Amino acid sequence: MARALIEVLNLEVHYGGIAAVKGVSFAVEEGEMVCLIGANGAGKTSTLKALARLLPSRGEVHYGAERIDATPPHELIPRGLALVPEGRGIFARLTVAENLAMGAYHRSDKAGIAADLKRIHGLLPRLRERSAQVAGTLSGGEQQMLAIGRALMGRPKLLLLDEPSMGLAPLMVEKVFEVIRTVAAEGMTVLLVEQNAKLALELCARGYVMESGAITVADTSTNLLADPRVRAAYLGE
Amino acid sequence: MDILLQQIINGLTTGSVYAVVALGYTMVYGVIQLINFAHGEVVMIGAMVAFAVIAALAGSALPPAVIVLAGVLAAVPACMLLGYGLERIAYRPLRHAPRLAPLITAIGMSIILQHLALLVWGRNPIAFPQLIENPSYGIGGAAISGVQIAIIAISLLMMGGLSWLVYRTRFGIAIRATAENVHVASLMGVNADRVIAATFVIGAALGAMAGVMYGSYYGIAHYTMGFVLGLKAFSAAVLGGIGNIPGAMVGGLLLGLVEALGTGYIGDYTDLCRWPGAAEGGWMGERCADGAHFVLFGSNYQDVFAFLMLILVLVLRPSGLLGERVSERA
Ligand SMILES: Nc1ncnc2c1ncn2[C@@H]1O[C@H](COP(=O)(O)OP(=O)(O)OP(=O)(O)O)[C@@H](O)[C@H]1O
Ligand SMILES: [Mg+2]
Repeated sequence: MARALIEVLNLEVHYGGIAAVKGVSFAVEEGEMVCLIGANGAGKTSTLKALARLLPSRGEVHYGAERIDATPPHELIPRGLALVPEGRGIFARLTVAENLAMGAYHRSDKAGIAADLKRIHGLLPRLRERSAQVAGTLSGGEQQMLAIGRALMGRPKLLLLDEPSMGLAPLMVEKVFEVIRTVAAEGMTVLLVEQNAKLALELCARGYVMESGAITVADTSTNLLADPRVRAAYLGE
Repeated sequence: MDILLQQIINGLTTGSVYAVVALGYTMVYGVIQLINFAHGEVVMIGAMVAFAVIAALAGSALPPAVIVLAGVLAAVPACMLLGYGLERIAYRPLRHAPRLAPLITAIGMSIILQHLALLVWGRNPIAFPQLIENPSYGIGGAAISGVQIAIIAISLLMMGGLSWLVYRTRFGIAIRATAENVHVASLMGVNADRVIAATFVIGAALGAMAGVMYGSYYGIAHYTMGFVLGLKAFSAAVLGGIGNIPGAMVGGLLLGLVEALGTGYIGDYTDLCRWPGAAEGGWMGERCADGAHFVLFGSNYQDVFAFLMLILVLVLRPSGLLGERVSERA
């Protein structure tokens, strides 16, 4: 088995006195694609935000050989950890090209950046067409493409995705997932948070189920898809 | 003399100084939504430092241009350090405090800086020694002085330079990204502390230049000069749309023009003796005899225009001339 790229031990997140994440532990191996599913308010976003150091948390987060649970957020992407936040978080007043440039902000290898831009334009041709457009005027699907493209410009090792299908039409969801599948196939490690459990489990090899701030089930996607509890709670059966 | 053209020239001169100062307010506001009320005092300290250095060197054998340059080269880094210190010591610890706390701190810093300047330079104005000739050129019935040309040219250069920095460079994109969403910018590897400090330092450098220019234009620097200048520049920033960089430039120039034109004409238009019919017979007739004037509001009402405009903007278009409300954060 490959070594864990990220390993989380007893992660806790509190908002004021309220615990949103109550000591979760999980790991994602290098090159793996893992999903985290759960109902609204289960604590999925809080977990990802804590990993990206946007929220204070307790517990340990190991990334490669390092502990990153006290690292300032801006020092994570140079180490290869990228988060596409819930609601996309594109810079609405910047152009598409400027948003993509921000994705590569921590890099200085001009040739590599140019090559990645070309690759991302190939993967997401809409972004090339809309290069000079102000990002706030893109459609929801285009904004999601931009958010993913921007994260890829950072050439991350680990990509954390928070509900990339949110608010998108089925055809657009399919496109977004296609891109995720492509970069994962190229070796990128992906941790995917999704409401759409069926899609997520079909895409990932294994998954965790989160309920009220705790991980209650961890298994392969095949088993999760067959699990009656999961089917009842998340697949609407 | 062509009053209209003359007032336009004067308005462009003060307006470009307002614009440069307004940029300091608007950049900081854009990034951390703080109105740095101490910015006017940074401008004042820039003028005081430069004038102190110039006054000290005035008797020396150095060429005048070198003396003025030495003043500027002392003022700019001094203000940059001051801007950095303000952010670091006064505002950063309050970054996550309720918004009223840094605002009140800013007012406090402004008072402290004023009194520090009072302690260091005393209560008397420092005069700008007449080192360099200030030639006057006639254009179309009006006059423009060398100092005015220099102020307008230097201001335009600085505005151009800042626009280039903010809209054309990697760091400028990072500033705008941070202004929009500091958390997401940090996910891109942007050190928000560094960007925020940079906006203070850049604003202070521009402010120092503005202070020197403003002081040279009126020939004096004084420890209270930052107050009204700061308020006017703040009005200019609001006029253009606070947080909006082109807005601060447009707002500053416009404010300077309105102020100059208003000051130039208010005496004429509020001279009751010139109102049709007013001077015929009766008490008013006596009062206006022999071409006398009965002026209600003279040019000493100069400072009113900036604040009148501020009130008008706040009532009619609170987001400012260029400040559109973009819908953000889907
Ligand atoms: N800023 C906040 N202040 C207080 N409580 C919060 C805050 N953000 C989230 N919470 C609470 O923490 C819990 C977990 O929220 P979180 O956003 O992590 O859920 P989620 O699993 O991502 O849900 P969803 O699928 O709806 O996005 C919820 O009960 C939520 O109300
Ligand atoms: Mg969520």
